[in-house]
Amino acid sequence: MHRGKGMKFVGDSRVTAEKKANLPKDYSEYPGRTEAFWPNFLLKEWLVGSVFLIGFLILTAAHPSPLEQQADPTNAGYIPLPDWYFLFLYQFLKYQYAGGEFIVLGAIVMPGLAFGALLLAPFLDRGPERRPTKRPIAVGLMLLGVFATFWLTYESVQHADYAHRAEKYGVNVEAVESEIDKSGPGWEVYEANCMSCHGEALQGQGNYPSLMDTEKSADEIKDIAQNGIGQMPAGIFNGSDEELQQLADFIKNAGSGGGGEGGSSEGESSEEGSSEDGESASGH
Amino acid sequence: MLQKLYDWVDERVDITPLWRDIADHEVPEHVNPAHHFSAFVYCFGGLTFFVTVIQILSGMFLTMYYVPDIENAWKSVYYLQREVAYGQIVRGMHHWGASLVIVMLFLHTLRVFFQGAYKKPRELNWVIGVLLFFVMLGLGFTGYLLPWDNKAYFATQVGLEIAAATPVIGDGIRTLLAGDPSIVGAQTLTRFFAIHVFFLPAALFGLMAFHFILIRKQGISGPL
Repeated sequence: MHRGKGMKFVGDSRVTAEKKANLPKDYSEYPGRTEAFWPNFLLKEWLVGSVFLIGFLILTAAHPSPLEQQADPTNAGYIPLPDWYFLFLYQFLKYQYAGGEFIVLGAIVMPGLAFGALLLAPFLDRGPERRPTKRPIAVGLMLLGVFATFWLTYESVQHADYAHRAEKYGVNVEAVESEIDKSGPGWEVYEANCMSCHGEALQGQGNYPSLMDTEKSADEIKDIAQNGIGQMPAGIFNGSDEELQQLADFIKNAGSGGGGEGGSSEGESSEEGSSEDGESASGH
Repeated sequence: MLQKLYDWVDERVDITPLWRDIADHEVPEHVNPAHHFSAFVYCFGGLTFFVTVIQILSGMFLTMYYVPDIENAWKSVYYLQREVAYGQIVRGMHHWGASLVIVMLFLHTLRVFFQGAYKKPRELNWVIGVLLFFVMLGLGFTGYLLPWDNKAYFATQVGLEIAAATPVIGDGIRTLLAGDPSIVGAQTLTRFFAIHVFFLPAALFGLMAFHFILIRKQGISGPL
């Protein structure tokens, strides 16, 4: 840059007032068949980018991004699994001398050495040769690292049943979006006694089953609420007999199209009958 | 008209040299897939940048709906996914882009490594590139928690336990990331949100700027 005496500037800025011709660099400086970046090469890059974007959008449209049930810290049965690009580390920590009491070795020392070596590769592989065949140690170590990463990822994927996970942990959209009658007294009883486990939409979560479209009768529901079933302990329900009846009606009607049927505790037997009709009709 | 406008700005700001630094250069034959198809390996870096731009744009739109609080985070994502026009596409782009950017970074790193392109005088740019890789992995890790579903919650818990295994400063790192020595909860979500949306992108932009300035300064490495 030209400096010193005789320079003229625009106002009091550092922008020079003298106009220089805007000449492009001489192409003969570059060997081979060079191409101007702007606009020739950029146009080709644009095309490659467009093809790439189309493929990417097809992937996006064909596979909607997954969303599991809302996080529930009390869900003891959940088996965690990280995103695929962390699986190699996750799998590595399962081995005897990398996890457990050797966790510092497996989680810090070994990955630290591997990624530290990657970070400092130019200072470890200092020779002037660039061809892979002329620097066997660096290339060999990198191939080993890549192979180990692939193999650990493969091992981890082998043990994970993604279809099963999607089925067990995925969101039951119908349950979440079904209309539940929240105006009646049954909802309040449900909210107080059952919602913390079976969910706001009766959808269940983890080991807690969904209560939507239950095939149990009102009496069976009453019995389960008081005495438990399977892993569900007895004595969860806390309230009067009238509330128990309201609860049983509420759960009986949920998901069978009966949610909006007034929801009052009056005319119980007729509601039960109608909801059973609804179920048998929707069953076909 | 446009020329006049350009001249008016150029007289005051002298933008022509800036423009020439950015765009006015020659693309050598050995990196041009039009001449040698095998040169497609040189596309990986550019495609990484392309996916990064997709991530930035889709992420900006996601924050229009996302609520970083444990009551509403999952619900806002669910709403975005089910109710918002194109919400599923935008979230899908961000979700799959996160995987794709790792794939592209991996390929780009392997290309540079096996060609020995990190050798003198390009050592610094390699170090910056590996730091970019770490920042990307950090973005992947912090972004994983934000939907606040079971997968996010329990994977984050495992990740934090691994971080806590660091000798001496482990518990400090865990508290810094999670907001509490033992609980993964409301504080963790807001912290991960802040890290994912402000801290790491700031680091990413700074490192990317360095990365690109050095490429323009040193030029692309020659043919093998």
